[in-house]
Amino acid sequence: MIRLYALAGISLALAGCAGSDETPTEVVLVTHDSFAISDEVKQAFEDESGLTLRILKAGDAGEIVTRALLTAGNPEGDVLFGVDDNLLARALEGDVFEAYESPELESVDPELVLDPEHRATPIDRGDVCLNVDKAWFAERGIDPPDDLGDLVLAKHRGQLVVENPATSTPGLAFMLATIAQFGDGWQEYWRKLRANDVLVVDGWEDAYYARFSGAAGSKGRRPIVVSYASSPPAEVIFRDPRPAEAPTGVVEESCFRQIELAGVLRGAKNEDGARELIDFMLSKRFQEDIPLQMFVFPARRDATLPPEFEQFAVVPQSPLELPPEEIEENRERWVDEWTDIVVR
Amino acid sequence: MDGHRGSLSSRAWRLVTLGVPLAFLALFFLYPVAAIVERGLRGAGDAPLDVLTDPLTREIVWFTVWQALASTVLTIAVALPAAYVLGRFRFRGRSVVSALVVIPFVLPTVVVGLAFLAILPDGVERGWAPILIAHAFFNVAVVVRIVGTFWASLDPRLNEAAATLGASPLARLREVTAPLLAPALASAAAIVFLFSFTSFGVVLILGGPRYATIEAEIYNQAVRLFDLRAAAVLSLVQLTCVVGAVWVAMRLERRLTPTGQLRTEAETLRAPRTTRDKLVVGTSLGGLALFLGLPLAVLVERSLAVGDGYGLDAYKTLGRPTSVLLAAPWEAVANSIVYAAAATLIAVVVGGLAAFAAAGGRNGHATRSGPGSGPRTWLAGTRLVDSLILLPLGVSAVMLGLGLLIAFDTPPLDFRAAPWLVPVAQALIAIPFVVRILVPTLRSIDPHQREAATLLGASPGRVRREIDLPIVSRGIAVAAGFAFAISLGEFGATVFLARPDRPTLPVAIFRFLGRPGEINVAQAYALAVVLMAVTVAAVLLVERVRVRRGGWF
Repeated sequence: MIRLYALAGISLALAGCAGSDETPTEVVLVTHDSFAISDEVKQAFEDESGLTLRILKAGDAGEIVTRALLTAGNPEGDVLFGVDDNLLARALEGDVFEAYESPELESVDPELVLDPEHRATPIDRGDVCLNVDKAWFAERGIDPPDDLGDLVLAKHRGQLVVENPATSTPGLAFMLATIAQFGDGWQEYWRKLRANDVLVVDGWEDAYYARFSGAAGSKGRRPIVVSYASSPPAEVIFRDPRPAEAPTGVVEESCFRQIELAGVLRGAKNEDGARELIDFMLSKRFQEDIPLQMFVFPARRDATLPPEFEQFAVVPQSPLELPPEEIEENRERWVDEWTDIVVR
Repeated sequence: MDGHRGSLSSRAWRLVTLGVPLAFLALFFLYPVAAIVERGLRGAGDAPLDVLTDPLTREIVWFTVWQALASTVLTIAVALPAAYVLGRFRFRGRSVVSALVVIPFVLPTVVVGLAFLAILPDGVERGWAPILIAHAFFNVAVVVRIVGTFWASLDPRLNEAAATLGASPLARLREVTAPLLAPALASAAAIVFLFSFTSFGVVLILGGPRYATIEAEIYNQAVRLFDLRAAAVLSLVQLTCVVGAVWVAMRLERRLTPTGQLRTEAETLRAPRTTRDKLVVGTSLGGLALFLGLPLAVLVERSLAVGDGYGLDAYKTLGRPTSVLLAAPWEAVANSIVYAAAATLIAVVVGGLAAFAAAGGRNGHATRSGPGSGPRTWLAGTRLVDSLILLPLGVSAVMLGLGLLIAFDTPPLDFRAAPWLVPVAQALIAIPFVVRILVPTLRSIDPHQREAATLLGASPGRVRREIDLPIVSRGIAVAAGFAFAISLGEFGATVFLARPDRPTLPVAIFRFLGRPGEINVAQAYALAVVLMAVTVAAVLLVERVRVRRGGWF
């Protein structure tokens, strides 16, 4: 009797193995720690596709790209999501993706399509912008800065905290913003910022929660921080009771474009499922789930924004940007030069 | 007949004590690290010497070494009074104190970093001084527990006898206590040194952009710049320093270990009766409480902050599923406990065997239990295990994580996504503690006691059961409690391996802290407080499980 059960068990297990070889039952999404999806939307994908969606969070954007490069051809999953402008060229050079042109791309803002070969597909936009503590400026009767140029003025002395571009993604984006804005003059600009007492810290958590005066519960004393365009709505949504107005604001002219892309991993076990997942990530359903889950903006033009975003968020109209190849070519040198000017 | 059976079983025992830990380390540590270093150096066109000769590298190595040495000295200075009190006195709440000191050890560095930034006055909140203070804060538990436990097994009558013979307190300290304590001190110092040596988060947050350890630079090279060659070279530099440090510590420990009569706590501890005793206990524990309590109080305060007032809002929302975690925050508690329990089991079994092997290499029973035992290879093997076991503490967690990724990606070793890799990685960090807590005790067991038992006809297995086990039982309990705490707090490897719908507490805290918004940050602090509570409860509970004569109860 017992033997019979054991036999049944073994044959079941074998059947399971055989099944997974022929028709895969799951699709694996490798992504960064900030990825989020609501249960209903995940369920919708699983119902429609008949696949289980397994999500593998493997660190920040830099870490997941590093892992993808190391495992190129024998990847950890089927789709990689979370490559941004700064890392795209490196990922493409490392040949981690299989090209796939999703039919859903029609509805996406063509400016966001960074790779003409469609190895990577734009999913969302999460621009890096200066955030200001509105109350701090109102109390003192000072105007917050309007653009990057204002930061070197005496009236903004000692107010700015930035992340180190060598260790932080928003820090890197902000440095790139200054390069996009000032061109060859960016080094001079940072010398002036240093003279104007800019504070450099290593990570976003430290900058936002410990140094910035506008974050909830922060004992920080600096009213200007490098964060995201979507941070103000988060300050509203994650406060109880919700304030009528966002306590922080965005300096629109300071924003640096940050597009997040996804791609089918070369060597994926479930390539069809991977394509299906990319289509789904561009579908209206997923795109409209993005803002309140990941606090970034959808790539689809026809996606409706949630009221909190309509009300409290700014979608930068003409953010600063640099071509990914130029970033890849110069990143290390720029960061080294920045370190020499600002830190040493 | 009996003797023949004994030597057979002792040979098998040796094979197991040496073989299991070696195999475990070879598979889960040496192989992945070798794989990633090989990948980095493979096809490196230009000689890797440019990284070595770069003045920046030299600056980083120098800073890494001196800050680790200074942190070790500071940690010992801060922790020694409390270790003395725990090693000599019996008082109400003694076990609670020994559990409380573990709290800092398990907290995520970013949380503690933010707490330090909140209390350190402006102007001195960044630089090398806060780094050293934070290292002492994190590592006090290592010294208090390793040294305190050992102290409690030393016969106080030696000291009393010296006093009777007219030795001054200073002379007694120098001539009696210090030599007896030396092996435990060397063990604890080695661990604190390695932790400070590979420190990463603390240095980033409290050091500011001016300071970097080798570990931080490896991360920078491997992840930010994807220069695996430089990362591999730096890993080898790091490994060389670590091997050197471990070698010195092990030599010291072996040379210093005296053999004495170890006692159980029932025999060594006394109640503080005189005013002087009470003063010593009070000031030692009070000072430590202040040092450890202040940053922890900040975390509790932050977890209760609601708008401009205080409340339990953050705790109330912990039951609600959130997309940040793909699970309800409370579930992280259960995940952490399951992983930590598994890791503790692995660490106690593998580490316990390694401790017996390491201790047997010098004056343990194995070398003395009969003809043909104690061959040179065995001795070399025990030394190897003894030193090797410490290396996971000193090798870059980044490189180990990436190594696991490329080492286990093809059948038959295809398990880079296996959930059991989490407790295995946690056990790698916990095993050194188990070994370092047990070895000094095992080595100090009087061989005459064993020989007497053997002469009376006891088999080696019985000798271990009847003599070794009761004496080390306290050590095993402390080691298990510590291993549990380490696994609870382990972050570096776990964040790489934990499935996102099964976050552990530190991973959950990190995820919340990565988001803007009052509720998110309050939940991060609330989970940190929950982590503290779980740690204390777990350590108290695990340490209740003692080994009694003849087996586990």
